[in-house]
Amino acid sequence: MRLAALLACGGALALAACSATTGTGSDAESASASDPSVGADGRAPFASTYRRYPGVPTALVGATVFDGAGGRIDNGIVLFADGEVVGIGDASLAIPAGYTQIDGSGKFVTPGIIDIHSHLGDYPSPSVPAHSDGNEATSPTTPDVWAEHSVWPQDPGFSRALANGGVTSLQILPGSANLVGGRSVTLKNVYSRTVQGMKFPGAPYGMKMACGENPKRVYGGRGRMPSTRMGNFAVNRQTWLDAKAYDGKKRDLAKETLKGVLDGEILVHNHCYRADEMALVMDMAKEMGYRVSAFHHAVEAYKIGDLLRDNDVCSAIWADWYGFKMESYDGIPENAAFLQREGACVVIHSDSDREIQRLNQEAAKAQAAGRRLGIDISDATVIGWITLNPAKAMGVDAMTGSLEAGKMADVVLWNGNPLSVYSRPEKVWVDGALLYDAIDRKRRPVSDFELGQPGEGDVK
Amino acid sequence: MKRFLSLAVSAIALAASPAAAQDVAITNATVATGDGSDPIEGATVVVRGGRVVAAGSGVGAPAGMPVIDGSGMWVTPGMFSPLTTLGLWDVGAVQSSNDQSASDSPFSAALDVATALNPSSQHVAVNRAGGVTRASILSFPSSSIFGGQGAIVDLGADADMLVRRRAFQYVAMGEQGARIAGGSRTASHALLRNALREARQYGRDAQIPGGSAAPERNPTGDDIGVDPRLIDSRSERGNDVLLTRFDAAALVPVVRGEQPLYVGVERASDIRQVLALKREFPRIDLVLVGASEGWLAANEIAAAGVPVITDPVGNLPEAFEELAATQSNVGRMVRAGVKVAIGGLTNGIEKPLNATQYAGNLVALGKIPGAAGLSWGQAFATITSAPAEISGYGGRFGVLAPGAAGDLVIWDGDPLELSSAPTRVFIDGVEQPLDNHQTRLRDRYRDLDESDLPKAYDW
Repeated sequence: MRLAALLACGGALALAACSATTGTGSDAESASASDPSVGADGRAPFASTYRRYPGVPTALVGATVFDGAGGRIDNGIVLFADGEVVGIGDASLAIPAGYTQIDGSGKFVTPGIIDIHSHLGDYPSPSVPAHSDGNEATSPTTPDVWAEHSVWPQDPGFSRALANGGVTSLQILPGSANLVGGRSVTLKNVYSRTVQGMKFPGAPYGMKMACGENPKRVYGGRGRMPSTRMGNFAVNRQTWLDAKAYDGKKRDLAKETLKGVLDGEILVHNHCYRADEMALVMDMAKEMGYRVSAFHHAVEAYKIGDLLRDNDVCSAIWADWYGFKMESYDGIPENAAFLQREGACVVIHSDSDREIQRLNQEAAKAQAAGRRLGIDISDATVIGWITLNPAKAMGVDAMTGSLEAGKMADVVLWNGNPLSVYSRPEKVWVDGALLYDAIDRKRRPVSDFELGQPGEGDVK
Repeated sequence: MKRFLSLAVSAIALAASPAAAQDVAITNATVATGDGSDPIEGATVVVRGGRVVAAGSGVGAPAGMPVIDGSGMWVTPGMFSPLTTLGLWDVGAVQSSNDQSASDSPFSAALDVATALNPSSQHVAVNRAGGVTRASILSFPSSSIFGGQGAIVDLGADADMLVRRRAFQYVAMGEQGARIAGGSRTASHALLRNALREARQYGRDAQIPGGSAAPERNPTGDDIGVDPRLIDSRSERGNDVLLTRFDAAALVPVVRGEQPLYVGVERASDIRQVLALKREFPRIDLVLVGASEGWLAANEIAAAGVPVITDPVGNLPEAFEELAATQSNVGRMVRAGVKVAIGGLTNGIEKPLNATQYAGNLVALGKIPGAAGLSWGQAFATITSAPAEISGYGGRFGVLAPGAAGDLVIWDGDPLELSSAPTRVFIDGVEQPLDNHQTRLRDRYRDLDESDLPKAYDW
């Protein structure tokens, strides 16, 4: 029961014991050529040290396979080995020698689920002030802060997202107090002692921006700019103009991030609810020479599906949240279906340590709302809303998000159709390593925080 | 324009004369009665005079009664959503529209949510369309550990949503109560005990035989008469009282056990402290709210005969008082014999109508080794009959049984499944409109065509 938490939410910022082996990521992740922020050791700062855990060559046989890219194979076969998908196909696909076969009859296989909008680690459990590390709410623009420096890798939330949601990758974003909140970080959902050990190798950075009510309220409440939506835009545009003038001679962390966006190397994730405001942001992006990768919380995206499609911007949305703040008043459950109808990119996101455990169910609700209007979107397409589409918007679709030979073996075996309320992940592999197994108690991570506590290791 | 006129006329008609209950039989449907039993296929439900007459497989449609063919459909009682704030707000973050709490009020236990209810709130309409027909409404504690007196309501599309006012009192204990009361659980317990003792004394003072301080009771038509001191204030009180007369009077029915005390509490040790209150105030009628760690004290809760209203999917240690939170909480408590209802899904984010999804999750949990789920019938009961029983309406709401209110929902499939939705909703036998702000936006944006006129003309 979260009576107190719910009350606060109304006004708030709505807001294995395996040895490591050599992974798919390069040993010392190389910094991009135009990035001036190469450390004295020649590496990008805080480079990923993620290594995939060992797995065995595995053949999932007989399940219904949704490949994440819109494809469906009944009685399919999925093969993976050495951390990568080897191939998928129908029952005629040859299974190489040495593969462990898992009977998937009556079950379903999808790519690992991806949450494009999470604050796990930055707003971890327990939710106490000492853990409130998601908003550097001290200046309207803080492009210099990096979400990864706030991530507590022991957040118990990571395990729930894995076990109940089949989440294998997630983007941790700064909160929405600021017009520019800072850099995001993309993680593999694998516990590590360090955040570097969770960082998705080769994932581009994102930059969080926020429209609308939050920045103007936070800073207007302190008697400083911005206090209005027009103030929001004025500060944003000047910030971009200053960044464009940056010559890089004297290092400036804020400008390095903004420059990364202008150079197309850092992807913009813009918290923005209202249709009219999204249209203004897309125009500002054109004026300043960047592009928005995705609007997050875009509850009114359905009003401008055509515009979003034409600008190639994804809408990361909830299935049915609405009404908690003025800019969410026009939220409708048909949002995703209307966007899909227009040919625009749909992503279902969570922004919640609870809903991240049920992105499959949220997607199913959004699908059902469309179906009742005669907009029939296939299960295979809907799975893409929580796999390949978020991967695209996060810039990791060449590596994960769908079951294709050569991609990371991020795979979920569900005990029924994942779009049914009665289904749960049975097994989850990350880079081919079995990291959750519903029927093996030891294949369930327990964070440091939970050791010795009531309910330790329980089925949560 | 013609369309506008017809809409206006029908709206006026609806406001002027509440629709009459219709007698109806729904045949050949899958019927879930809400009482914990499994769904029955090929069954019939008969409603006459606003009440259920019969429901089951051996039931025939009475001659001459209008019949709805329920083939392929499910028929269930409407959902009963306990502990919502429906009708108390429009937009959560717009304070002027939000009557969920009264943080600057000098009063607490005396606050009566019935005075703030707005049946025209969009959230009432949205949840009605989602199959919620009854609810209990609370106001959140903020300036005091007492939230005030909650109400039982219906979600019918008419001017009066109140079924029973002053149906329960809400008090926050645990971390929230401790913070409000002064910083520690010790403070909230002292405050609670003092309040209940003051109320007990105040109640006795009003009953001096033959005393002039005991004016005639003034019944108002609900089960709890207006306390005389709200009309006549002659009763003298001690000079060290903490409660205002209004608040003390409001707590008299609580200490007398005439009005249930809903206690917000999460931690197992806190639950045990609440159960122990019965030793000092034996007549108190307790309901636990929250109880994330209820499974750790399930046998004690069951032995005390105290029911629980809980959020079933909390499985994170979001607070130190919830370290043992697990989705198996409901299943384990039910196994121990505790009556459990799903509730507290209060704001725009967690809509009460999503209780079906949460109940479905409890069914799904049954397939996970080591977890405790519920059968379909048990899960459905947690959102229908169990909350009705806890709210004092057992056999009357949340169930399809002879004599129960004609609160029916016809669904296009299994109501717990994500793909299903209500197609028709009846409250007291009156068929309800299912449109609202959301459906109007949906209809406007079925296409993006503005070739003739802007969207603002499309209505």
